[in-house]
Amino acid sequence: MLSQEFMRNALLAGTFVALACGVAGWFVVLRGQVFAGDALSHVAFPGALAAAAAGVDERIGLFVATVAVGAAIGALGRGALARGSAGSSAADDTAIGTAFTFILGLGVFFMARVSMSSAGSSGVLGAHTLFGSIFGLTAGEARLAAAIALGATALTLAIARPLLFASVAPEVAAARGVPTRLLGIGFVALLGVVAAEATQAVGALLLLGLLAAPAAAAHRLVRRPFAAIALAGALAVAAMWGGLALAYAIPSLPPSTAVVAVAVAIYGACTTLA
Amino acid sequence: MGDPAIELDAATVRIGRRTIWSDVSMRVDRGEFVALLGANGSGKSTLLRALLGALPASAGRIAVLGRAPGAASGEIGYLPQRRSFAPQTRLRGVDVVRLGFDGDRWGVPLALPWGRGAGRAREARRRVAQVIELVGAASYAERPIGELSGGEQQRLLIAQALARRPRLLLLDEPLDSLDLPNQGAVAALVGEICRVEGVAALLVAHDVNPLLAYLDRVVYLAAGHAVEGPVEEVVTTQTLTRLYGAPVEVLRASDGRLVVVGQPEPPAHHHDRHDDGDHGHSHDHGHAAADGSGHAAAHCSAAHDRGRVAAHDEGHAG
Amino acid sequence: MKVMPADAAHPMLTWDVAHDVSQLLEYHFMLNALLAGSVVAVMAGLVGWAMVLRREAFAGHTLSMMAFPGASAAALAGVPAALGYFLLCAAGAAALGALSSARRISWSDQSAGIGAVQALALAAGFLFVSLYGGVLGDLENLLFGSLLGVSDGQVLLLVTVAAATIAALAALGRPLLFASVDADVAAARGVPVRALSLAFLLLLGLAVAATSQITGVLLVFALLVAPAAGAQALTARPLASLALTVALGLLVVWLGLGIAYFSVYPAGFFVATVAFAIYLLCRLLAQGRGLLRRRGRAQGEGEDASAQPAGVIA
Repeated sequence: MLSQEFMRNALLAGTFVALACGVAGWFVVLRGQVFAGDALSHVAFPGALAAAAAGVDERIGLFVATVAVGAAIGALGRGALARGSAGSSAADDTAIGTAFTFILGLGVFFMARVSMSSAGSSGVLGAHTLFGSIFGLTAGEARLAAAIALGATALTLAIARPLLFASVAPEVAAARGVPTRLLGIGFVALLGVVAAEATQAVGALLLLGLLAAPAAAAHRLVRRPFAAIALAGALAVAAMWGGLALAYAIPSLPPSTAVVAVAVAIYGACTTLA
Repeated sequence: MGDPAIELDAATVRIGRRTIWSDVSMRVDRGEFVALLGANGSGKSTLLRALLGALPASAGRIAVLGRAPGAASGEIGYLPQRRSFAPQTRLRGVDVVRLGFDGDRWGVPLALPWGRGAGRAREARRRVAQVIELVGAASYAERPIGELSGGEQQRLLIAQALARRPRLLLLDEPLDSLDLPNQGAVAALVGEICRVEGVAALLVAHDVNPLLAYLDRVVYLAAGHAVEGPVEEVVTTQTLTRLYGAPVEVLRASDGRLVVVGQPEPPAHHHDRHDDGDHGHSHDHGHAAADGSGHAAAHCSAAHDRGRVAAHDEGHAG
Repeated sequence: MKVMPADAAHPMLTWDVAHDVSQLLEYHFMLNALLAGSVVAVMAGLVGWAMVLRREAFAGHTLSMMAFPGASAAALAGVPAALGYFLLCAAGAAALGALSSARRISWSDQSAGIGAVQALALAAGFLFVSLYGGVLGDLENLLFGSLLGVSDGQVLLLVTVAAATIAALAALGRPLLFASVDADVAAARGVPVRALSLAFLLLLGLAVAATSQITGVLLVFALLVAPAAGAQALTARPLASLALTVALGLLVVWLGLGIAYFSVYPAGFFVATVAFAIYLLCRLLAQGRGLLRRRGRAQGEGEDASAQPAGVIA
């Protein structure tokens, strides 16, 4: 299996992307911002298409769209708190939902533009953006994806402690000098980067499988925050490896489907057992 | 003796066009346990926020630990109002307290078995255990904080505020949602902390009785002004009448408890549900309805009934 | 994806509104589109109103995604697409219902679960599509719909489902409102809160399944959430916001379709954009009104706050 280059590339990119998803995802679940993550992944689609329509590398469009919208969500939202009541976070969800239907409409628009300019290619691009193309990465693309994902992971870990403090005890953290508002915005923007990365691996529509499921499993299993973060990363990577291996063994199984299926299976197992 | 922990000198705070309080002078020295009293809406939370540097003084001077408000945030332990955790919160008490120790430091605490990291980790664990012991929460600190009772959570939150050996504790209505035995216990705990650790404490309350036995002094905030002094001098008929500018009576029950009668209510500021807490008055207004029977309705009525008892006695736990 | 029927000369937008509208109504496809769109606007508006009230936007979005594996599974199995839509949306509603009624589940856990369900459903859908070797054009239709290519049969199905949905909503209306706004008190009063939750999710799934066959999976949500969210931002009175929701929904569809007719770009884009624009407008209006109210109050009370006389009037 490892003798095949496409597999090596997929594993390289996939491992670090999964790690970033798991680590960031733990905070996403803590802060009740899963829907925001969903929105960001959906934003990736028109972003990529807009770039294609403009004749630019789709990845640039991906990143610009997700980070910009991420920052906007962070700035406009009331700052999801880990207080767990459906009140604040769910109300934010309504606003997020309306915003990203508009964004999806934009996706439709750009899709039309792309198909007008270069017939037929929009469909393939659309499918890749929506469902990933991890087996089609070149070595250079894989290395770049891995590097960015690793950077995103490192950044998340760097802000981990104050972010936890701000999520659990916002007023105390603010009194202690933690820039809670800035952290909130920065985190969702960082999530945008992670979403853009993961889109290349599993696709925009399946991102939540890597972002939410392993992290939710880790939340249930382990209580110590930093151990749980590590576990979330580990579970996501395990899901990635398991999924890629399965997809390699069964050619008709798309890799993104396999990865998400393994991730959700892990989550299901943890939920019933824990 | 060093700088006082808190010093206000003819300070005034305005929010927008509203003057919350003016010409307030008070002083809290090291190791003192002082209560900040007053009816709902009198500006107690505003004073705490001014001490934290969240609100600027429009006039006069405010000094905290000898410096401008907000400059010494690392040496202040702060317990905001009405904090409780959702029942499903799985974070353990220990972790919550640990956040008070180093939650504001960037990065991840690396538990490496060598080097500086290990030393710091050990110190953190030791301090956390020590402070949990101090508040008497050792038996339940390892459990998820969402499962604990209000009093138990409150103790852990006090431990969190104490984790970094602050020189000043600011507690915003910590007794508010506790039952009577717990109110007394937490009051006693704060008193002991002041004595043992030499920490100054300013505790906001709207009922002075659970605190009577442990207080050094009180500051009574009403009608935009403040009076400071020992309890028996401040919470009296004459002093409060002078402060409010209206007939207020203080009765002493047979067991020593104080009951304040005839306190005028401050103007009710109706705000719609969407108000954020950034408007200073909404903090105090928010729990106006909790102040005993009959007051919720009375707030919205135009007429003001001086005969109403703003009772500070048993049964008005919040 | 149908943009314009091949035989239509490109119509021009004129300043004569009457002329434009009559141009619009000339074509049968346009008539059907408006009819289907109007029915959808009313049904999605009503169901969406409850969804926004219950703060279940995430669940609603997830259910609208269920249509994707539904359609692709149906194509794979060789059964009518509508069957796949309805079955999968119902299954999704059941899964989400189980999640929401799980004991002592926090919002974080619940939303993570909803996300997992959504990802799994979409992953399965993708699997089905690749298994039956579906042409990618079908994928676009699935996701973005074909508003301008609605058949008479589809309109009939839509009207039937809408009637059933609205009837069910009317029957459940009051206890549902009670349970949505104050679950504990409603439960104490004997309202079957859990059963109602599940019933509502099923209803939501039904509405979504019917709608997404026409507007496409991704755009259902625009009609579910935007008019209702805008209306509820403006008024808290139930009947008023309900009526406003339906009115706004109809406005969105008519305006969106109307503009799309005169443009080469897909209808879905205009509908979604108009929906979002109307939502923003409602939010801005609500903010402005709130600001005016607060300023009026502050002016009335600000002056004498500092000079507190004896006997303050509440």
